[in-house]
Amino acid sequence: MIGITGYGGYVPRLRLSREAVGQTNAWYAPHLMGRKGTRAMASWDEDSITMAVAAARDCMGAGDDRSHVRTLMLASNTLPFAERLNAAVVAGALSLPDDIHAMDMGGAHRVGLSALAQALSNVQAGQGDALVLASDMRQTRPASSQEMDYGDGAAALLLGSENVLAECMGSAVVSVDFIDHFRATGQDIDYHWEERWVKDEGIAKLMPQAIAAALAQAQLQASEVNHFIFPCVFPKMDAQLARSCDIAPEAVVSNMNDTVGDTGAAHAVLMLAHTLERAQPGQTILVSQFGSGAQAMLFRVTSAISAFRPARGVSQWLAQGVVERQYTKFLSYRGQLQVERGMRGEQDKKTALSTAWRHHKATLGLVGGQCRVTGSVHFPPSRLSYDQGKPLQDTQQPYKLADRPAKVLSWSAEYLSWHPSPPHHYGQIDFEGGGRILMDFTDLEVGQVQTGTPMEMVFRIKDTDDRRGFTRYFWKATPVRSGITPKEGDAA
Amino acid sequence: MSQGINNKVVILGMGCSKFGERWDASPEDLMLEAYSEAMSDAGIAPEQLDAAWFSTHMDDVGTGRGGTPMGIALRLPNSGVTRVENFCAGGSEAVRAAVYAVAAGACDIALALGVEKLKDTGYAGLPMATVGTYIPQWYPNAVAPANFAQLASAYSHKHGIAMTELKRALAHVSIKSHANGAKNPKAHLQKPITEEQCLKAPVVAEPLGLFDCCGVSDGAAAVIVTTPEIARSLGKKDLIAFKALQVAVSNGWEMQSNQWDGSYVHTTRIAAQRAYQEAGLTAPHNQISLTEVHDCFSITELVTMEDLGLSDEGAAVKDVLDGKYDADGAIPCQIDGGLKCFGHPIGASGIRMLYEIYLQLQGRAGARQLANPKVGLTHNLGGQPSQNVCAISIVGLLDA
Repeated sequence: MIGITGYGGYVPRLRLSREAVGQTNAWYAPHLMGRKGTRAMASWDEDSITMAVAAARDCMGAGDDRSHVRTLMLASNTLPFAERLNAAVVAGALSLPDDIHAMDMGGAHRVGLSALAQALSNVQAGQGDALVLASDMRQTRPASSQEMDYGDGAAALLLGSENVLAECMGSAVVSVDFIDHFRATGQDIDYHWEERWVKDEGIAKLMPQAIAAALAQAQLQASEVNHFIFPCVFPKMDAQLARSCDIAPEAVVSNMNDTVGDTGAAHAVLMLAHTLERAQPGQTILVSQFGSGAQAMLFRVTSAISAFRPARGVSQWLAQGVVERQYTKFLSYRGQLQVERGMRGEQDKKTALSTAWRHHKATLGLVGGQCRVTGSVHFPPSRLSYDQGKPLQDTQQPYKLADRPAKVLSWSAEYLSWHPSPPHHYGQIDFEGGGRILMDFTDLEVGQVQTGTPMEMVFRIKDTDDRRGFTRYFWKATPVRSGITPKEGDAA
Repeated sequence: MSQGINNKVVILGMGCSKFGERWDASPEDLMLEAYSEAMSDAGIAPEQLDAAWFSTHMDDVGTGRGGTPMGIALRLPNSGVTRVENFCAGGSEAVRAAVYAVAAGACDIALALGVEKLKDTGYAGLPMATVGTYIPQWYPNAVAPANFAQLASAYSHKHGIAMTELKRALAHVSIKSHANGAKNPKAHLQKPITEEQCLKAPVVAEPLGLFDCCGVSDGAAAVIVTTPEIARSLGKKDLIAFKALQVAVSNGWEMQSNQWDGSYVHTTRIAAQRAYQEAGLTAPHNQISLTEVHDCFSITELVTMEDLGLSDEGAAVKDVLDGKYDADGAIPCQIDGGLKCFGHPIGASGIRMLYEIYLQLQGRAGARQLANPKVGLTHNLGGQPSQNVCAISIVGLLDA
């Protein structure tokens, strides 16, 4: 049996209030007033790479040694690098084996499902387990409907042939050059055609073709679909499509438009990960998405579903949201509002790439060195141990810290330096089982941490080098809010 | 144990520029101010200097690297000038080099001079330092106030002292230094402050406010050292001798292991014990007349009182509030205003500390003169609590 063996998601903590956006822009775009709900908003230190890493960690947890993953597909239309394998950054953060087949995929709006279909073929062909990540953080123009409709997020699916919790029954695709929106290379923002034409000539005609083909392949009737996933920002389009395909109205899965917004290439996979949290053995899931044609896939949930749970799961990410009413914060995080940085903001953030490669296991994977004689843990790893009076040479072995429980030893939050989201919070973090790092904190307010506060690691943007267009990544500490706290001994 | 430095080298002369936002003065001008006073105090000619050590830290905004900035600024007679740099402890490091050179007999008379020109950056606070190519890839873009502020969170937690109580003691540290600085015409900040001002000041780095931070100043200080015999031959009396010069440098233990609790400065404790032994002090809290410590931030001074053994562990808050380190207390601290008010031109600070002890021991400190001080201690810290360079010097009357 081939199919999904694990799932996870990630929705950034901040949820931008549509009302706040509407009120600020009312002088210019009164038609956008009255929009309800929120959209997920990546923090200044997040992008499609970091969100993909978060989703993968949600899927695989701290206990998975990850060596069984042979293929990594990163699907996104907003990857930060046009050239530099984005999936290799993700693989490094996850400490996946070097000989993994890692690739970036993009182009179609439905590329998340394209990656899923391709990865299933790889598994079918005996190429081992595959990790599919879909992530998007789309740039929009201020006072546009897309600014309200879109959201940031990522999802992850682990595919394999053992402990399959959702078996793939059918997969169909229509690949045509139907252009509801496009974005030229080098451009930041999509250009859209009229909504009514997209619905009538695009979605209503192309989606049923893919859905019918997938159902036929699975030898299922539309009425047998228990969960119908069709992400779309157009109100009620999912229900309309279900009706036209004879899918039961109650099968239509919430597209999270009120809370998260549409996460683009990630959204079908994110909705699938959300659906799998509550799906019962024997149920069927039809997941579909529109874009440069149409794609649909059918899964049947197995009894193995109850044995799996993600570290947090989409539901908990949804519950952990914090409403953000500062629209200028959103614009500033997206680089669309140039706030005064002061002279301290002029600091050059050039990255020495030779240095980066020399230490890439440590910095990308947060891998320290554990002395095999004394057990002492070092970050960064070093040839000599810090053991007082008896430093040992060349005794350290790789020791991944990223998934270990940690707590604050000391902290401060300063207003002196330039920081994209002041104050700049950092402190000393002690890891259970050994290891200490002075590191940045993220996703918190002053007063939320004290000495002893439990913290967890998140992979984030360390700095952006605006002059050269480079982003460097590292790990930061954030308060453990809920979900499964990694236990000592769980980590790889 | 080595023989140590005790009583082998004395101070022949000292000088110190006015500290502050010296918009009027270049680094060369500042050097000349300190040097001229020191040379006049010593009563020697430039040709009598056998060697010189030059301390400056922020070369990008200051003087540039190497020995030439000092050689040229002071038009030295092609003297051997060596630039030393050891974060904020560089001044003490220059002194150590000069003293060692004299003690070794390689030099009869040597000069140590420190200077820093910080106020040409265009912004407040210390200039942004470069730290190589690896550290920026993982380490926070750390700033001194937040590095030292972490002492407060760990200290408060360890000793179960409420942050409000700790902040009151920290305010007292700064109020005391401002009161002292007001009596020092060379000090950067010469205005007294109140507790209310302190506690209501804008936060710079939680929990430290503006008045918990020292001045960022331009300035220079210089010392000329020689042997007791040469000093006497030059007609000097009441000689001030080096009793101990110790430097302890972190090796990563505090930063990387889980054993240091973050509430104190490990190297200060090590350097202090070494210095007390070198100076032969068996009960330092009774034998030291005054201290000039590295009060870059109020919390640094507070924990240093414990690290030097002058307060019991966990008792510094009470001792500070009781006035033990005030001008009229048992062991006055920062009688010249300290880094807090005299100012902190980085490369000069260690020598500025020595300058005040020298004046006090010779009874030349004017309005802030203490009664009959015998032994003084300087504590000069470079880096941050978790990894640093700590220099401790003890000086006293040669014949005491």
